[in-house]
Amino acid sequence: MYAVNSEIQAASETLPSKHALRKPVNMGQICRWLLLFAGGILMVAPIAYMISTSLKWPHEIYNLSLVPEEPHLENYIYVLEDGRFYGWFINSIIIATITTASNIIFDSLVGYTLCKFRFPGRYIVFIAILSTLMIPTEMLVIPWYLMSQSLGWLDSYWGIMFPGLMTAFGTFLMKQFFETVPDDFIEAARIDGLNELQIWWTVAMPLVRPALAALAIFVFLGNWTAFIWPLIVTNSVEMYTLPVGLSSFGDEADVQWELIMTGAAISTIPTLIVFLVFQRFIIRGVVMAGLKG
Amino acid sequence: MASLVLRNLVKSFGNTEVLHGISLAVDDGEFVVFVGPSGCGKSTTLRLIAGLEETTSGEIEIAGRVVNHLEPKNRNIAMVFQNYAIYPHMTVRKNIGFGLRTSKLSKTERRARLEEVAEILDMTDLLGRKPSQLSGGQRQRVAIGRAMVRDPAVFLFDEPLSNLDAQLRAQMRLEIKKLHQRVGNTIIFVTHDQVEAMTMADRIVIMKDGHIQQVGTPSEVYHRPASTFVAQFIGAPSMNMLAGEAVENAIHLKSGAKINLDLGLKNGLPVIVGVRPDDLHPGGGASILEGTVTVQEPLGPETLVYVDTVNGEVIAKADGRVPPQVGDHVALSADPDCIHVFDAESQEVLTRPL
Repeated sequence: MYAVNSEIQAASETLPSKHALRKPVNMGQICRWLLLFAGGILMVAPIAYMISTSLKWPHEIYNLSLVPEEPHLENYIYVLEDGRFYGWFINSIIIATITTASNIIFDSLVGYTLCKFRFPGRYIVFIAILSTLMIPTEMLVIPWYLMSQSLGWLDSYWGIMFPGLMTAFGTFLMKQFFETVPDDFIEAARIDGLNELQIWWTVAMPLVRPALAALAIFVFLGNWTAFIWPLIVTNSVEMYTLPVGLSSFGDEADVQWELIMTGAAISTIPTLIVFLVFQRFIIRGVVMAGLKG
Repeated sequence: MASLVLRNLVKSFGNTEVLHGISLAVDDGEFVVFVGPSGCGKSTTLRLIAGLEETTSGEIEIAGRVVNHLEPKNRNIAMVFQNYAIYPHMTVRKNIGFGLRTSKLSKTERRARLEEVAEILDMTDLLGRKPSQLSGGQRQRVAIGRAMVRDPAVFLFDEPLSNLDAQLRAQMRLEIKKLHQRVGNTIIFVTHDQVEAMTMADRIVIMKDGHIQQVGTPSEVYHRPASTFVAQFIGAPSMNMLAGEAVENAIHLKSGAKINLDLGLKNGLPVIVGVRPDDLHPGGGASILEGTVTVQEPLGPETLVYVDTVNGEVIAKADGRVPPQVGDHVALSADPDCIHVFDAESQEVLTRPL
């Protein structure tokens, strides 16, 4: 008994003190944290200013203080009571939702085809699609406009949506993700009697859910915040999307920043919802669970 | 009745011909294992049967019907893949039931069939689980279940055990064999593991470079290999190959030993003498080789001894209780009935022991 006790005592003596256990201060670690902190501030600051400005009166807009002198909700009441805002909001919802759905279906369909089927010219088609990524939107706006004009799509949902119904980026993203789906799954489904479209929809699509979620977030946000093209293709105030509509608060002489910021603050709500809904699908390792041991 | 017939099957990828005219008839209910090294064409043959690749020429007949131009789903086959290919987003029930999606069975019949298969595979309790909640062996069983549920004319297995650890592999080997005895469907099983082939097959098809080398029962291919390739591929450790020459009614080995075998061979014909390590023992009767023990591998009842001889290194089997030690000089003897003689040029067998 004595021997055991003395051993325990000896062991406890050799244990380092609580103070000694603390890790030494690492300068690299501190620099990393500082850098991340600065990055965080940079990200959050515009949002904080947006919310702060939306709570300010017009006379204190150019006061850079983050805390409004007399915070109030009048701007929100004004924006929400303004009938135009609802129309723009609905326009944006319709356009962003349809383009997102369209991209999810068609980008993945093309990506899947380019990835899993062997046909002559496959590589050329893929390169051709990719090369369109190099053309800036500014260059495309005029041809799009002329096209919309001749098709009678000016100032319509079709006109606003058509350039974004499918994207080269989405096709590329989906093709790359379908590469991770083993051919065995597809061949097994083929033997099980599914046709190619059924295989794509019931087997391949669920396996690339994380990619679909990412694509949905990209496309929705991209269309929700799109400005130049909707501004050009729309003429009537009723057809404006939110960003275009918000920019119309005010004129050359007087920009009503507090109202713009209020509208912007409200318009972030759907994007937050989309992000929250889809981010849970972005889980890695779903595909591999059905393979190997 | 033959449930699968391959007639002169040729497959080319571009200008490269990978199968050079495979012909084979598989009887109803037979368990046939295709075995061979990587790139020998065994998996390609299986994929041609499944319809996942198009044949360049030749004919495939399943259950009396030429299926060359039929889609995989119409060929009355089911396939188990190396990676299982069970869908991770579906439960076991859905995975197994997936094979019945296109069948004409009623809902009740489908459910009964699914439950029957689950019971055979002892998976009834796991039907509600997702593949990620299953062990490797259980996933493999789900894959087999999905194939079984369709009750196909021919089951195709593409190296289904190669992802399992050694213990599980042995267990699954036994399970598949029992399953075959129970359901009795024709099985074509592809593997590169000769132990799998030997233990499971009714008949083994040994392939090399797109050709069938030999077709036979496990006993036939082991005891009567048709070529040096088969002789060395089947059996572990590999058969010892000794260079020699036919001289009158005997074969003279490089070691100077003479083996009396009256094969009626042309004088001076270069031959290769094959002796399995199991048939080559230190001591015993007339020795055919002599040399020094370089390595000893005790296996319990027996000990493998590697002996450095004039004919190169050979492996012999010694009694595990009193094995020769490393450095010992030993004389090796073999029963003449266990000696295989191959033509040195064509590598084909000249005589097969009875």
